[in-house]
Amino acid sequence: MIHVEGLSKTFADGFPALRDVNLTIRRGEIFALLGPNGAGKTTLISVICGLVNASRGRVRVDGHDNVRNYRAARQLIGLVPQELTNEAFTTVWDTVSFSRGLFGKPKDPAHIEKVLRSLTLWEKRDNRLLELSGGMKRRVLIAKALAHEPQVLFLDEPTAGVDVELRREMWDVVRGLRDQGVTIILTTHYIEEAEEMADRIGVIRAGEIVLVEGKHALMRQLGSKELTLHLHEPLAGIPAALSGHALELTEEGHALVYTYDAASQEDGSSISGLLADLEAVGLRVKDLHTRQSSLEDIFVSLVRERR
Amino acid sequence: MNLQSVKTLYLAEMARSLRTVLQSIVSPVISTSLYFVVFGAAIGTRISEVDGVSYGAFIVPGLIMLMLLTQSVSNASFGIFFPRFSGSIYEILSAPMSYFEIVLGYVGAAATKSLILGAIVLVTARLFVPYSIEHPIMMVLFLVLTAVTFSLLGFIIGIWADGFEKLQLVPLLVITPLTFLGGTFYSIDMLPPFWQAVTLANPVVYLVSGFRWSFYGISDVSPLVSLVMILAFLGVALALVAWIFRTGYRLKP
Repeated sequence: MIHVEGLSKTFADGFPALRDVNLTIRRGEIFALLGPNGAGKTTLISVICGLVNASRGRVRVDGHDNVRNYRAARQLIGLVPQELTNEAFTTVWDTVSFSRGLFGKPKDPAHIEKVLRSLTLWEKRDNRLLELSGGMKRRVLIAKALAHEPQVLFLDEPTAGVDVELRREMWDVVRGLRDQGVTIILTTHYIEEAEEMADRIGVIRAGEIVLVEGKHALMRQLGSKELTLHLHEPLAGIPAALSGHALELTEEGHALVYTYDAASQEDGSSISGLLADLEAVGLRVKDLHTRQSSLEDIFVSLVRERR
Repeated sequence: MNLQSVKTLYLAEMARSLRTVLQSIVSPVISTSLYFVVFGAAIGTRISEVDGVSYGAFIVPGLIMLMLLTQSVSNASFGIFFPRFSGSIYEILSAPMSYFEIVLGYVGAAATKSLILGAIVLVTARLFVPYSIEHPIMMVLFLVLTAVTFSLLGFIIGIWADGFEKLQLVPLLVITPLTFLGGTFYSIDMLPPFWQAVTLANPVVYLVSGFRWSFYGISDVSPLVSLVMILAFLGVALALVAWIFRTGYRLKP
């Protein structure tokens, strides 16, 4: 749906915000662009949406070049910016209708009503924006972006500063849009958000795309698991017979932590081997639990690797 | 041409004026009426005729021009500055609109508002002083060209300004003094020769003079020169706007 080829952006002060970015967004997916502050997430979105001029490279939206054929490209895109940028004195209905008209679409009260209802804004349609809470204002921005029936929706930090309950409601809204066939690209630094919603994840750091991968594949490939074994009797050190396993002694000798990856999890031999060796040296296990590394762990390790 | 987008932007800008009707319409009409009361009806009766026109009638074109210039600049500058200030400009820039269409929406609305105000002031003036219009078509042409040109200037100021102070700076320090010294209240024949020559460097002189000619057939400079000068200002303003959009100055990094 979106093809970004060799995109670079260097601002007038010489700051290179994007460096040779290549990225393909598939139709109908939720793509999460993860990155620390200042990594280039917003700049990338801004170039695609036509808010920032690229220094090099090109962007195609459903085959339309976003510079040479900007009308067709932009018609397909809806953008929800990071900042709450509303004209305070207009009503919800007027501002959403304005957005539709601005994109060249004729009036369609039925569609505006549908959008407002889907975002639980219908009851607030006659309220002026200054009367709304922060969460409601963010919904209005989403409604404005959806007013012209875009096929691609960019959400720049959609839940920044939003409370947990509203964040979950937003996620439901976004999933609902995906179900309607809208391609969604969201930037976030909430790993939980990407983990919860994304089909694929791209990691951007210092203007470069570090990695693009399906969420599950990413967790499978890079995610490690930890098996913690709580022992009946504390150990002074790891017995020599267990030295072949990647073990760490913690909790003052009361627990052994075994770290393994997805590959060894699949064949299972390493865990059964460890348990057999534990039995052989006479160690009795009181309790055990496992923990899978989260996307956050993966993200942190990826960013560290590149430093 | 994306007419639907232009119409939407134009109507939204017009609606903004209606929301602030006191500031947008009533206030300039009242202040201009006060000029008519003070300089036309009160003081004007004690001033002799200028080129065969009573002083009260003489200042009508100048006062309309004064209001037209200040309102065109202020409407257009605020129109584009406010979305830049609030951040909502992202919506305009990401819409499938050409730069020409964006300018048409903003400047068209600002010029329309000024013209409506001009018409209201023209009618209001009739309550205070009698006047005639010798060349109505030329009057409308001068009015429209001036409103469009100064709305373009306001648009440029609204993009250049990076704060409210700068937004007020040009209208207060440049437009208003030039208008007051541009023959609104006097004919430049009344000035000593040296100041007459200096005044000719003031572009507003040509606007007021040409506009006054359309009323009474009298002018400080030839109406043709006035027309050429207005067209020249329009050309300069259009070139500046084109440069802004080509370079993305203060709009698109």
